[in-house]
Amino acid sequence: MPAKTTVLNLTEEEFVHPGNRACSGCGLSIIYRIALKALGRDTILVVPPSCLTVLQGLYPIAATQLPCLNVTFASTAAAATGVLGALRAQGREKTTVAAWAGDGGTADIGLQALSGACERGENFIFFCYDNEAYMNTGVQRSGTTPRHVLTTTTPITGKPHRSKDVPAIMAAHGLDYVATASASYPIDLYDKTIKAKALYGPRYFHIHTPCPAGWGFQPDLSVKIGRLAVETGLFDLYEIENGKFRLTGKSAKMLGKKRRPVRDYLKTQSRFKALTNDHIEAVQHEVDIKWAGYENTCQPSPTA
Amino acid sequence: MHIIESGNVAAALGVKLAEAAVIAAYPITPQTPLTEKLSELVDAGEMDAQYIPVESEHSALAVCIAASSTGSRTFTATSANGLLYMNEQLHWAAGARLPIVMCVVNRGIGAPWTVWNDHQDAISQRDTGWIQLYACDHQQIFDTVLKAFRLAEIVSVPVMVCYDGYILSHTYMPFELSDDEQVRKFLPPFKPDYYLDPACPKNLNTVTLPDIRPDVRGETAPGYMEIRHNLHTDMRKSLDVITDIEKEFKDIFGRGGFPFIEPYRVNDADYVAVCMGSLSYHLRDVIDKLRDEGVSVGVAGLRVYRPFPDKAIADAFSHKKGLIVFEKALSYGNQGALFADIKAALYAKTDRPFVRNYILGLGGREIKTSELADALRNSCRPSSATTDRPEWIGLKM
Repeated sequence: MPAKTTVLNLTEEEFVHPGNRACSGCGLSIIYRIALKALGRDTILVVPPSCLTVLQGLYPIAATQLPCLNVTFASTAAAATGVLGALRAQGREKTTVAAWAGDGGTADIGLQALSGACERGENFIFFCYDNEAYMNTGVQRSGTTPRHVLTTTTPITGKPHRSKDVPAIMAAHGLDYVATASASYPIDLYDKTIKAKALYGPRYFHIHTPCPAGWGFQPDLSVKIGRLAVETGLFDLYEIENGKFRLTGKSAKMLGKKRRPVRDYLKTQSRFKALTNDHIEAVQHEVDIKWAGYENTCQPSPTA
Repeated sequence: MHIIESGNVAAALGVKLAEAAVIAAYPITPQTPLTEKLSELVDAGEMDAQYIPVESEHSALAVCIAASSTGSRTFTATSANGLLYMNEQLHWAAGARLPIVMCVVNRGIGAPWTVWNDHQDAISQRDTGWIQLYACDHQQIFDTVLKAFRLAEIVSVPVMVCYDGYILSHTYMPFELSDDEQVRKFLPPFKPDYYLDPACPKNLNTVTLPDIRPDVRGETAPGYMEIRHNLHTDMRKSLDVITDIEKEFKDIFGRGGFPFIEPYRVNDADYVAVCMGSLSYHLRDVIDKLRDEGVSVGVAGLRVYRPFPDKAIADAFSHKKGLIVFEKALSYGNQGALFADIKAALYAKTDRPFVRNYILGLGGREIKTSELADALRNSCRPSSATTDRPEWIGLKM
C-alpha cells in the first residue's frame, strides 16, 4: 500500500506561478495548484472563459507552466476532444488532457458538449470548480447556485430554484470515474486526481470552491468555510468508481457520527441572508434525509 | 482517372487525398453525404484520420480549432443553420489563425425552414475572417478543397469551400480524380510554427488588454488591435498567394488557371453577368443564346469572395459598359452584398460600367433560363444605369 499522502510528500514542483491574478482567498487557486501537481508536466489544459482565464494572466504573460488552450464558453469538452484527436493522430496519446471549467461552463452552457464528449468516451479529465455562481462576470446565478441564495440576478429574495446535481448527471453517463472534492481538503483531491489520471476514458471532478467575493465572507476564512460545508453534510466528498458510490475523506469519517447543523455554515456568508428560519430548517431536513440514505447504504471507511 | 460521382463525394475525395488528420462533423442536409463518405473511408481503413461524430456544429468547429491548435490538419463541413450555429467559433478559428478547411454546402436559412439552395448562409458569415472560395462544378469542388488546404496553411487563415446544395452536392458529374503523387507534390505535410506541446508550453488565446504590453522578457507583444490588423493584412496578402497557388496547381494538375474570375465570352463582350457558384455555368447557355441574338454579353464566375478581389474585378470590368450581378443572397434592407462590393471596387475608376443587381433562387426557387435571358436583354442596353436597389427574378406576388 502506498504511503499516505501528506502535504510533506507532495511534489515540490510548481506549475502555477505565484503572484497570479486570482482574488485573495480564492478556492480555485488552492485546487488548481494541487491538482496540477497530481496531473504533472505532460498535460494539456483546456479552459473556457471563467475565473481561471483571469487567474492565468493577461497576454502576453501566463501563470501556468503547462500548455493551455483557451476556448469558447460552450465548447470546453469538445475542444478537449479535438486536442485528443490530434494527439491520437500524432501518436502522442500519453499526454493527459484536462479541462477546467467553472459551474456555468459545466452545468449550464457547457453541458451539451460535456455530455457529448462523455457519450463518445473521450479520454480526458473534466474538472468543474463549482463556486456556485457566475463569479467571473460578477456573481450571477448559475445552475448550481443553491436555493434561496442571493446573487446579482437573484438580489432580493434569492434564487427560487434548486441546484443541479451535476455529478449525478455525469454518473448517469456511465463514466468509470466521477468524484467530488473540496478546496478545503486538497489531499483528498490530490489522491483522487492521481487515481483518475491512471484510468482511461472520461473522468469527472466536481469541486466545491469557496469564493470570498461572491459568497460574502473574509478571504482568510475560505478553508474554514469549505470545511463547514462538508462538516454540516451539505457538500459531500465521494467517488463513484465503475458505478460504485463511496464516501471519502472527512465525509466517510462522518458516517455514524453527529453532524454540525447546517446553520453553522449558512450563517457565515452574506449570500444566505435571505434564508428564513423555515428555509434553514428545510435545508437541514434535506441534508438529514440525504445522510440517512448514506447511513443505510455506505460502509464506514476502513481508514476512517 | 475520370470518375462520375456526386459533388459531396468529390469534396470527400479531396479531403482524403489532402490527408486531413482530424475530421469532426454534425449532420445537416445537404452536407450529410460528404461526411457519411468520410466516415465510411475512415471506417474502411482507406483513410488514416480521426473521424469525430460530435453533438453539434459548435462542437464540430471546437474539435477542429483544438486539433489544429495541437498541430493536426483538420476538416469539417456544414450548411445553413449549422454554419450559423458555428458563428462564434468561426470568429475564434480566424482570430486564432488556424488553417482549418470547411466545406459549406450552400443552403437557405430558416425561419421559415428551407433545405434548398441559396447563398445566404455563407454570405452572412463574410465578416468572420474566413477566406471564402466558391466552386462551380464537381471538378472545382475537388480541386478547391486541395487548394484550400494549401492556402490556409500558407497564410494561417481558415478557408470555406462553398458549393451549391443539391445543384452540385447531390448531382453526379464526371471529374478527374488526381493521384496521390500529384497531390503530395502540391500539398506538403502540415507543419505549424507552434502547437500545444508540454515540452514547450504556451497559453493560447489568452485575454488581451486594449493596449500593448511587454512580456516577461520586456519585449512588447502585439495587442488585440495589432492582432486584428495582422489578420486583415494577411487576408489581403492572401490574394497574391491565391494567384501563386492557382499557377502551381495548373502546372501540376493541368487544370484551373483562373484564381479570381472565371470568364466565359467576356473578352469581346460589352456587358458581363457576374455571379458565384454553379449559376455562372448555368448562365453560359443563356449567354450563347443571347450572343446568337446579337447581345454583346459574357459571364464571369467569381471564385473568391473574401478576401474580396477588388483589383482583379476593377481591372477586368472597368472598361465594360455594364455589369449585371446575379445573387442568391441579400443584405436585408440594402442590396445584394456582392453587388455592393463590386460597386465599391469600381468606384475609384472614372470611366466605369453601370452595375445592376438581380436577386434570385432564394430557398431553391427555380431559376429559369428564360428569366435569366429576359433580365439580361433588359439590362444589356446603353440606356441602363446603376441601380441602388436589386430587382427580383422569379418572384411570384
